[in-house]
Amino acid sequence: MKLTDEEKAMLAGEMGEAKKWAIDHQMQVGGMFDAIDLVPVSQGHMMLDPESIGEAGVEFLEGLADAGGKVAIPMITDPRGVDLNNYRPLGQTEDMANIERRTIAALERMGILMTNTCINYQTIMPPVQGDHVAYGDTGVVIYSNSVCGARSNFEGGPSALAAGLTGRTPRYGLHLDEHRVATKRYVVREQPRELTDWGVLGAVIGKMAGSYWEVPVIEGIDSVPTSDEIKHFGAAMASWGSTPLFHIVGVTPEAPTLAAVGGEGLPVTEVSKADLDALRSNFGAKGDKVDVVVFAAPQLSLVEMQQVAALCDGKKMTSSLIVCTSPQVYPDAKRMKLVEKIEDSGGMVLEGTCFYQQCAREIGEANGWKKLMSNSAKIVNILGGYGYEPKLASMERCIAAAVAGEVV
Amino acid sequence: MTIELKCHKGIGGRVEGEALVADDNFSARYDLDRIKGVFSRPQHKLAGQSYVDKILVLNTAKGGVASAWMLHEMTSRGIAPKAILFNSANTILAQGAALADMAMCDRFEGGDVTTLIENGDQLIVDPAAGLVTITNR
Repeated sequence: MKLTDEEKAMLAGEMGEAKKWAIDHQMQVGGMFDAIDLVPVSQGHMMLDPESIGEAGVEFLEGLADAGGKVAIPMITDPRGVDLNNYRPLGQTEDMANIERRTIAALERMGILMTNTCINYQTIMPPVQGDHVAYGDTGVVIYSNSVCGARSNFEGGPSALAAGLTGRTPRYGLHLDEHRVATKRYVVREQPRELTDWGVLGAVIGKMAGSYWEVPVIEGIDSVPTSDEIKHFGAAMASWGSTPLFHIVGVTPEAPTLAAVGGEGLPVTEVSKADLDALRSNFGAKGDKVDVVVFAAPQLSLVEMQQVAALCDGKKMTSSLIVCTSPQVYPDAKRMKLVEKIEDSGGMVLEGTCFYQQCAREIGEANGWKKLMSNSAKIVNILGGYGYEPKLASMERCIAAAVAGEVV
Repeated sequence: MTIELKCHKGIGGRVEGEALVADDNFSARYDLDRIKGVFSRPQHKLAGQSYVDKILVLNTAKGGVASAWMLHEMTSRGIAPKAILFNSANTILAQGAALADMAMCDRFEGGDVTTLIENGDQLIVDPAAGLVTITNR
C-alpha cells in the first residue's frame, strides 16, 4: 500500500503506540481488499457493546487510551449495551454495567464523543454526498451511502477506531466508484405503506442480493419515502443481506436514472407480494402469546416516539414494552411528554441503547421473554439466534398485541 | 496425497486443523452461542455443532458489524475457530480477523470452497501465501 510520509511515521511508531496499532490494522485489512492507499475521512462512528467486546475488548481499549491514543477526527459512538439508569430492572448484571463504565471511560480519554446512537444521520451530523467516512453499524452505513451519497464501508468497531486514530481508512470497496454501480436490478410490484412494509421490502431484497459486494438498484417505487421509512428499509436490507448500498431510481442521489448507476443492462428480478408474504410468514400467527414488544433497531426518531406515545396513550400493557431511542431524541421526547405517555401505559423507554446490543440472551432469560414482537424487520432477523421466537407486525399491531398479551 | 487450493492473500498466521464445512453464511452475533461454542441459530446448517478449534468453511459473511469485536472476544477465551475460509468475506469479518489475529482467506481460484473442501478434511491454511492445503486425500 502506498503511504505518505506521515503514514510511514505512524507505522514506525513515531506518533505513538495507538496510531501504530491503528495503521497496522488498516494495512492488514486494506491488503486483503487490495487497497492501494488510505483515504482521509471526515468522521468516524464506532459500534461496541459489552457482549461483543467482553473483558478482552475493554482491556484492549484501555491499553490504547493508556498509550495516549487520541482521535484525529470527530468520532461518535453507536448505542451502548447498558442504559446505566435502567439496567437493574432489565436483569442486566453489575458485570455488564462495569464493562460499560470502563468502556465509556476509555473512549472519553481518547476524545470520542459518546453519542450512543445508530440514527446519527437523523440527529447528529449527516454526511454529504461524496463525503468519505468510517461508519460502523450497518444501518448507519447503508443509509449514509444510499440516502446521503456518502462513502463508507462497514467499519466494525476496531476499524472505525483505527480510522478515528489515523484520520484515514483504506481506500477499497465503497470508497471507489466501481463498487457503487448497480449489480442487481429489482422491480417492486407492491407499494410499501408503513414502516414495517418498508422493512420487509428491504429484507427481501437484502436476502435476494445476499452479499456485501452486490449493489441493488430498485425501480417501481412510486412515492418518496420518509427518512424513517427508508431507515427501516436500509437497516433491514443491511441486516438480511449484509448489503451496504442500494439505489432507488428517482429517489436516492446517485440514481436520478437507471442509467446513472449502470443498471440498464442488468436482468430484472420482480419483487412480488408473494415474496413479501413469504418473509412475513416466518414471524408470528394470531393468538400466539407475546412476552415482550420491542421498538428498536434502529433507535426511534422523535416522529416515531410521537407515534408510539399516541398509540400507548390511555392504554395498559399486558406484555412488557421496551422502546429504545437516542440520547439526542430522549430529552425532547421527555419535554414533549411522549416518554410519560409510554411509561404511564407500563412501557419502558431506554436512552442510548438498542435492544439486541443489550446482552439479549441474558435479559431474555432474566425476564422470561421468549415470544418477542417488533415492527423492525432487522431485529426479528437478529434475535432468532438468541433463543427468541420473534414476531413481526406494524407498530399499531404491536401495541395492540402488548395490550392484549397476545397476537391480535 | 495433498491438494493445494489457491486463494486471495488473507489475514493472520499459518494454522492447521480440521474443516467444518457448510454451504451457508456466517455472523458471530446471529449464528453462535459463543459461551457454549456451538452454532445456535436453528436455521443454520451447522446448528448444534461445535466450532471450537475448527477451520470453518462457509460461503460468505452476513449481518452486522459485531463480528469484528466478537472474534477477538472469542479468541481471548479460547472458544473460537482456528480459521475461517469463505468464498467471499466481507469487510467486517476481515477486520475481526485482523484484531483477533485469526487466519482468514477467501476468493478461491478452483471455485466453490464449500465443495472443494469436505467436512473433516485436514487443512493447512497459509494466508500470507494465499494457499490452503488439504493433507488427507
